[in-house]
Formats: sequence, structure tokens, C-alpha cells
Amino acid sequence: MLRYALLRLLGAIPTLMLVIVLAFLMVHAAPGGPFDDERVLPPETRAALEAAYDLDEPLHQQLKAYLSRLVQGDMGPSYRYRDHTVSELIGNAFPVSLKLGAMAMLLAVVVGVAAGSSAALRRNTLMDRAIMVLAMTGISIPVFVIAPVLVLFLAVNLNWLPAGWSGNEGAARFVLPVIALALPQIAYIARLTRASMIDVLASDFVRTARAQGLGTSAIIRYHALKPAMLPVLSYMGPAIAAVLTGSVVVEEIFGIPGLGQFFVRAALNRDYTLVLGIVIFYATLVVLLNLVVDLLYSAIDPRIRHR
Amino acid sequence: MKSLMNIWRRMRKSRASLLSGSILIGILVVAIVGPMISPHDYLQTNFDELLQRPATSGFRFFGTDGLGRDLFVRSMLGVQVTMLVAIVASVVSLVIGVAYGAVAGYVGGRVDAVMMRFVDTLYALPFIFFVILLMVAFERNFLLIFVAIGAINWLDMARIVRGQTLSLREREFVAAARLSGVSTARIIFRHIAPNLVGVVIVYVTLTIPQAILVESFLSFLGLGIQEPQTSLGALVDAGVNQMEGASWMLLIPAALLAVILLCFNFLGDAMRDVFDAKDAQ
Repeated sequence: MLRYALLRLLGAIPTLMLVIVLAFLMVHAAPGGPFDDERVLPPETRAALEAAYDLDEPLHQQLKAYLSRLVQGDMGPSYRYRDHTVSELIGNAFPVSLKLGAMAMLLAVVVGVAAGSSAALRRNTLMDRAIMVLAMTGISIPVFVIAPVLVLFLAVNLNWLPAGWSGNEGAARFVLPVIALALPQIAYIARLTRASMIDVLASDFVRTARAQGLGTSAIIRYHALKPAMLPVLSYMGPAIAAVLTGSVVVEEIFGIPGLGQFFVRAALNRDYTLVLGIVIFYATLVVLLNLVVDLLYSAIDPRIRHR
Repeated sequence: MKSLMNIWRRMRKSRASLLSGSILIGILVVAIVGPMISPHDYLQTNFDELLQRPATSGFRFFGTDGLGRDLFVRSMLGVQVTMLVAIVASVVSLVIGVAYGAVAGYVGGRVDAVMMRFVDTLYALPFIFFVILLMVAFERNFLLIFVAIGAINWLDMARIVRGQTLSLREREFVAAARLSGVSTARIIFRHIAPNLVGVVIVYVTLTIPQAILVESFLSFLGLGIQEPQTSLGALVDAGVNQMEGASWMLLIPAALLAVILLCFNFLGDAMRDVFDAKDAQ
């Protein structure tokens, strides 16, 4: 197990290197520099600024310098928020996004598994069809449509919940963003759970358990749930990426000062170092979380490890 | 071609896919014809008619926006742009995916292992952030949006095509071609690729909604289609800013986008079921 974990960890390093170099080159291939404002700078000021940020060096030198600073956790200063380093900005903004994402994932797994299992148990009934049509709708409708429509009906028209982030305190302001973020994932997980639960319920060991007189709820809890969860677990990787992406939209709509909102601002402002830093941060996060998912998978299903 | 006929024959029996297909065609026809017969123009601002509610009189079916522009014409233009971007992006992903998958599957061995490992690596990346990076780094033009979206969506296609190619490779007609001295490239593109048409069509139907999603996501964030051009994502974005006084500006484009995506997904799902059933036989 430890050997497998170490091998997988080593395997993640080339992926991360690829990401960093690709992102760095893309940002530096961009036409127009970070100091192309409406205000034209005098040539000397410009040269001094570029020298201060090492922009006058050849590209491979810049990459080398960037990488050697990166391994020390230094992603350079932000071009726009000149008093802050990129690491500082990410460190301030990420906890909010993390809280939001973690709650959405938890909600998605709990509700998705429950809905999918109950659809599988009542296969081909009205309830099953209703859950599946709802799930298809949930998959199809993007977060940036769900979120504003939820705000319109539940916050603006009915005034049950706060519409925005600032000026509100407590748990209530989390409700709508978390629901909007979780809905598509609930739908995916419900579909996955239903399909794999149907497979598992048709397997021999479930039939044996039933023949021995075990009730349905005990069969689900002690025998069927764990194997039925394997496809859901392997979906966690893409789900994490989708929640991070959705978080960009949700933070923008609700005005939440998280990393996603920062990313969009940075992209629109052409704050190159910040965009680069956030892309690298997100990519590292996704690669590491995928690794965790794979390790969990192999811990649950020994067949993977011994292959 | 025969496999296409088979798919069609089975599709005809599924009510959900027929309904989805008809709705999509209906929306597309209205989106193309509507702006032609409407007296309004998508650019024309009218400060006497700001934020008009939807009405049947005066060809204002969807009302007007904050600049008095006709929302029906703009929505239909948005549908056109969204569909165009999605279809072109899907073609890009199709070309990359089929070429990549067919080469990996046919050549096999170590080349296949390396190529598919690369696909696995790319799968693990949060691609949308790279697209945003790309949009930041280069001028935001139409062409780049197509390429960027196509460049994300080819991974699934490559995997599926590779799987199909692996089994096609063992068939007699490929052996016959190889024995008569046909070059590898020619076998891949002239003998194998035509046999992939069925599976490719099914998966393009599933790629189109993904491309629509990415395009509208970017436009929603202000990184995609730029004013005065518009797309459904850009219209939803404009609607969010006006939703307290003019909810139709949000609800109409949002509903259009949702219906289009839902129809494509139902259609793709039904086609995949048909194809899987055919495969299993």
C-alpha cells in the first residue's frame, strides 16, 4: 500500500511540471504586457518596472527563476494589487472557497446517494422515473443558470434567504451558494448510484443474503452500499474539478470574496502573475485530490493495488 | 452507412429522443427565421422603450433590454452563436479525438500506452482554467473560442475511438489491406476511420452540449463573446444584472439555454443506449 502510494505520488510530479510550464509559457506568450494601461508610461519608468519584475530577461531564464521561487512557495508579487504577493492573496481568498466547496461536496454525496439508491430500489416506478428526469435536468442546467434563478425566486421574490454575501452574517448566506453548487453534482451522483446499485442488487451475494432472510435495509447497509459506492468514489475526481469551476460562477453571482472571484477579476485585469499563480494552485489541488481519491479507491478495493 | 440507418431506425422508436430532436429543430428554425421577419434589429437601441415587458403587440415577444434593444432578436442571435460555436468546437474535438484515438488504437503497444497515459494526465487537469488563461493570453476572438473549447473536449472521443479501433484492427479487411501493402496511415484513415462513423456521431451529440456549456460559461464571465455580439451565456449575464426589475431578461435566455442543453443530453443519452445495445448484440 505504501509502495503504491509513493509510486502514485511520484507519478503526479511530471503532471504538475507539465501544468506549470504550460501555464507559464501561455501567460508569457500573451501580447500586451501587464503595464499596458490607458495611461502611457514614460519609457524609462517602463524599463525600470520591467527590470524590477525580471521581464527583460530571456524567457528560459524567467522560467528558471520562477520555478526556483515557486518551490519555496513564492509566486511573486501581483501586478495589480502591488502591495500583496500572489501567495498572500491566494491564502486569504482560498478558505472561503474551501468551505463552500466542502459543504457542496458533502451535500452532493449525501443527497445524491440517497436519491440514487431509492431510485434503484423502486426501479421502473413513477418515483424512479421522476428522480431520473430530475437528475437529467440537474445535469443539463448549468450552475450560472441555476444560481440566479434560485436568487430570483427564493431571495428576491420570496425573501426567504439573503441574496448576497456582504451585509449578511451567519449560516444563512451559505445556503443558496451551496445548493447552487451542489445541484449538478447531486444529479450526477444520483445517476451513478442508481446504475451501480442496480448492478449490485442483481449480484449473487445479495441474492444469498436475501435467501438467508436479511431485510432490504440491512442488505443495503451491510452488503450493497460499499460496492455500489465504487463508481461514485471514482467520480469524486471530476466532481472536485466541477465544483471548483462552479465555484468561480457562484462566487461571482453571490459576491463571495473567494478564490474563484479573484481568478475572474485577475483574468479580466490581465494580472498575469495572479492568474498564473491561481491556475497552478488549482491544478496542484486537483492533481493531489485525485491522488487522494485513487488511494482511497485502492484502500477499499484491493484488486486495484495488486494489478 | 448501414450502421447509421440502424441507429435511425431505433431512434425513431424512442419518444424522448424524437421529442428532443423536434424541439431542437424547432428552436433552430425560429432562431434563423425569427430575426429575418422581425422588424427589429439586434443592435438598434431605443431609449423610449427601455426594459419593456414581453408582449405580443409590436413583435416584442421577449420584451426589451436595458438599452431598449429587442430581446427576441437578441435571444435568437444568441441561439445562433451558441449553436455555431458548439458545432464548430465539436468538429475540432472530433478531428483531434478521432485522429489521436485511431492512431493509438491501431499502432498499439508502447505508443498506445504512452499516448493514453498522456490522455489520463490531461483528464486530471482542471481544463476550464486553462481555457480562461488562453482567453486572457490571446485576443478574444471567435476562432480561438472554437479551438479552445474543441481542445478540451477531445479526450472522451479519443478514448472511445481507441477502444473501437482496437477491435477493428483484428478484423479481416484490415489484415487484407495490410497484406496487400497499404501504408499504415492509409489503413487508419481510409479503412478504419469510416467504420467509426456510428460511434463518433453518437459521441458528438454528447460533446455539443458540453461545448455549449463551456461557451456560455466563458461568455457569462465576460471572457467569451463580446458586445454587441451576444450568446445565450452573455444574455444570462446581462439578465442577472437586471433581474430585480426585469426578470424576463434573466428567465428567457436561461430557459432557452436549459431547454437546448436538456434536449441535446436526452438525445445523446438515447443514442448511446441504442449504440450500446447494438454493440452488445
